[in-house]
Amino acid sequence: MEWETVIGLEIHAQLNTLSKIFSGASTAYGAEPNSQACLVDLGYPGQLPVLNAQAVAKAVKFGLATGSKVARRSVFARKNYFYPDLPKGYQISQFELPIVETGKLEVVLEDGSIKIVGLTRAHLEEDAGKSLHEDFAGMTGIDLNRAGTPLLEIVSEPEMYNAKEAVAYMKTIHTLVRYLDISDGNMAEGSFRCDANVSVRPKGSDKLGTRSEIKNLNSFRFVERAINFEVERQIDILESGGKVVQETRLYDSVKDETRSMRSKEEANDYRYFPDPDLLPVVLEESYIEDIAKTLPELPGQKRKRFIDEHGLSAYDAGVLTASRELGDYYEHVVERLGGDPKLAANWVSGELAGALNKAGLDITESVVGPEALADMLGRIVDNTISGKIAKDVFEAMWSGEGTADEIIEARGLKQITDSSAIKAVIDQVMEANLGQLADYRSGKDKLFGFFVGQVMKATQGKANPAQVNDVLRKKLAG
Amino acid sequence: MHKKTVAEISRSLQAREFSSVEITRHLLSRIDSLDKNLNSFITVTADFALAAAAAADKRIASGDAGPLTGVPIAHKDIFCTDGVRTSCGSRMLDNFVSPYDATVVARLKDAGMVMLGKTNMDEFAMGSSNETSFYGPVHNPWDLNTVPGGSSGGSAAAVAARLAPVATGTDTGGSIRQPAALAGITGVKPTYGRVSRYGMIAFASSLDQAGTLTQNAEDAALVLEAMSGFDKHDSTSSPAAVPSYHGSLNESLEGLRVGVPQEFLDEGLDPQNRAAVEAALEVYRSLGATIHPVSMPSLALSVPTYYVVAPAEASSNLSRFDGVRFGYRCESPVDLVDMYKRSRGEGFGEEVKRRIMTGTYVLSAGYYDAYYLQAQKVRQLIAEDFTRVFKEVDVLMGPTTPEPAFELGAKTADPITMYLNDIYTIGVNLAGLPGVSIPCGFVNDLPVGLQLIGSHFSEAKLLNVAHRYQQETDWHQRLPGSDYE
Repeated sequence: MEWETVIGLEIHAQLNTLSKIFSGASTAYGAEPNSQACLVDLGYPGQLPVLNAQAVAKAVKFGLATGSKVARRSVFARKNYFYPDLPKGYQISQFELPIVETGKLEVVLEDGSIKIVGLTRAHLEEDAGKSLHEDFAGMTGIDLNRAGTPLLEIVSEPEMYNAKEAVAYMKTIHTLVRYLDISDGNMAEGSFRCDANVSVRPKGSDKLGTRSEIKNLNSFRFVERAINFEVERQIDILESGGKVVQETRLYDSVKDETRSMRSKEEANDYRYFPDPDLLPVVLEESYIEDIAKTLPELPGQKRKRFIDEHGLSAYDAGVLTASRELGDYYEHVVERLGGDPKLAANWVSGELAGALNKAGLDITESVVGPEALADMLGRIVDNTISGKIAKDVFEAMWSGEGTADEIIEARGLKQITDSSAIKAVIDQVMEANLGQLADYRSGKDKLFGFFVGQVMKATQGKANPAQVNDVLRKKLAG
Repeated sequence: MHKKTVAEISRSLQAREFSSVEITRHLLSRIDSLDKNLNSFITVTADFALAAAAAADKRIASGDAGPLTGVPIAHKDIFCTDGVRTSCGSRMLDNFVSPYDATVVARLKDAGMVMLGKTNMDEFAMGSSNETSFYGPVHNPWDLNTVPGGSSGGSAAAVAARLAPVATGTDTGGSIRQPAALAGITGVKPTYGRVSRYGMIAFASSLDQAGTLTQNAEDAALVLEAMSGFDKHDSTSSPAAVPSYHGSLNESLEGLRVGVPQEFLDEGLDPQNRAAVEAALEVYRSLGATIHPVSMPSLALSVPTYYVVAPAEASSNLSRFDGVRFGYRCESPVDLVDMYKRSRGEGFGEEVKRRIMTGTYVLSAGYYDAYYLQAQKVRQLIAEDFTRVFKEVDVLMGPTTPEPAFELGAKTADPITMYLNDIYTIGVNLAGLPGVSIPCGFVNDLPVGLQLIGSHFSEAKLLNVAHRYQQETDWHQRLPGSDYE
């Protein structure tokens, strides 16, 4: 039998607010355990949550950027369960009325084709703390620094049909949240992670198979591998006549397998109900309009513009819009260069990307800034140097030898091919200095030096002295 | 000195008739000698009190005093108090010393009030007789064999016995008004959102509201004004400005329209208690008010509605007491589940556990719609019933409780009978309205209360209505026997 995989993702993006979603404690990563947990985060008796307005603004930004419905009224609810790293015994989340409802996302797949993936919802919630089982023999340590960190949980429709599509979707969201500056997307620190709902069904069936949920995948590679493993596991079960059990599974990246965490029967009854400590979030039309005005150009829009207006290939446009900073760098180069977008694109995605990669640097940390690169490219455009020599110049710039012009000068890389330009300058100089010309022609040979100086001055030193001497001597002779 | 009201103490302090240290010492010694029989305090903070009183005396001497500076107060042990045990009447928090002050405590501290101690209460405010406290029951000073009501029973008994001129309380279903009625004092439950809940250990967050227990309405006005107002730490606190409650106490009641819900005068009401209420209505008529019978059919549903909503919220609010970070933890747990089960099993009393279980049940998958959601709909109907009658009348009046104080142990065997003691007060909480109980007479030598209910944020009007009655009557000045003279 032929099988079809169906995947839906729940992505947790940590919002990059300065303080937590319901308290004033800092959200900075990596502090001493429990040093960034205030009485609210610790769930002390009598403490109350107060909603962080920035978290709301960031969720609204996401909703607007995905063309989703931004709820004019949303409600926080309590999700009740006991766990030592959940201080209050409930997580404040949104349940029946989330802040963002039904949107869609354009996802560019590997082959360059575009797939539309439906967004079911996105809601605000607080993160739990961390349980540390390994560091304390026979005991569990609790670090509540992360407790109360704002999360946006983004839920997709089950509309992806293989692991690569799921990864492409996740990458699209990853790029988007960083474009919007609502999350730093740092996967190693857990700021961007997902749960994958995976099921298989006979090809052609329109009924969904029983799904399993793989929890807490924090890299694109793990998402792909975990889904592939899970799909194979489920197909094996079905082909040997078994039934897939609805359950929560964990992916073990070392063994590259998923294993059962808890079945549906063991699942918690979370007893959701509206949190009476928080008022419903009611958004005014004007508030939403104000946030809409702050939206940057989105990756999809930028991609189209690069193709349509800059004449870039779909591939180059995709590469250059992978992050907002990379796109900004490229556009900065084009602007300074005053055109030649293809040349700029080739260099940014070619030599520059290679050098960054080799040095393990981010575009924002580039040794060669966009102005310096543009100036160097200007020397290709004005024929001062050839593209081949430009690579040497760039390498020298990267190792800190100076600007393109300094390097061209110092290494004598400048090339002069236009003698007519030099002739024109000489004509101007002669015309402007008729007295000196007459004197020269009447025998004052020493004035030759004067004319050379005037020509060099007029060409800002760029004219080749030998060529100038040669042409000047002939012209002065009349 | 101890018989003086807040307003009188304030005047005496300003006139240097006695100092804050003197009255504080006097009240501490009364607590020392009289509270053995009452058990109205869980913790007496003598050292804190004397230091605060000395500081208040300095403020008074330097001319930097407000009306409440140097006036002693007792706080219900549900309010977090910095550096002082805050037990909530529970074994669970017997070892809990709060690291911060509740907003109510902080504001009254800023006003210069002197905290004498923390008063006894039903465990986590769950009870109507103060018999669920881990620290033992409170005895009603009017008859030591009877209960003072609950859950703010310690606060009510302390004020009735003149151990403190004022005490704070909280009211989730009647926990200020019912004990005020049973102890013969004045209890004010403000509009939901009028007073910050920050630092007040939550029972049912959508119903809980802090208020005052005082000898009279004038004192309530003074203290409430200092407690009230928006608090950035409590999203549900109201941004509406706090009017001068004291300034409007003496306004005329000429033309006041008083509604009397007929559902409050049903067969459940003790006939003598009913007679006391009717006599009070006559006083109001003589002050120029008109009396109008009104019907509020949905009120009959308030007790069952309350006993779905309040336990549901409580079951979640009390989840944080898990033995992990603070409070009671069982001896030598073998694993996490054992620690949860025994810490909570041993730390909570019977009534609290009953409500956690009820609340967990009504929120469970498959029962949520039938119980919780249904209760929310009925709650809406009850609120609408109030809104409707407040288009026709200015204030509602009726009994606070069906009967005067009952004997200790009389209702502990049957929770439902106990719950019915709050039948007249619960609707007010469900609708978020302000309510006041003032003494209006005696039944079998025990005080009973008249309940006044107003529309949202009508505290000034209610206090005015209560104060004018107290100008005409002396029920609120009676003392519970010669011990308290």
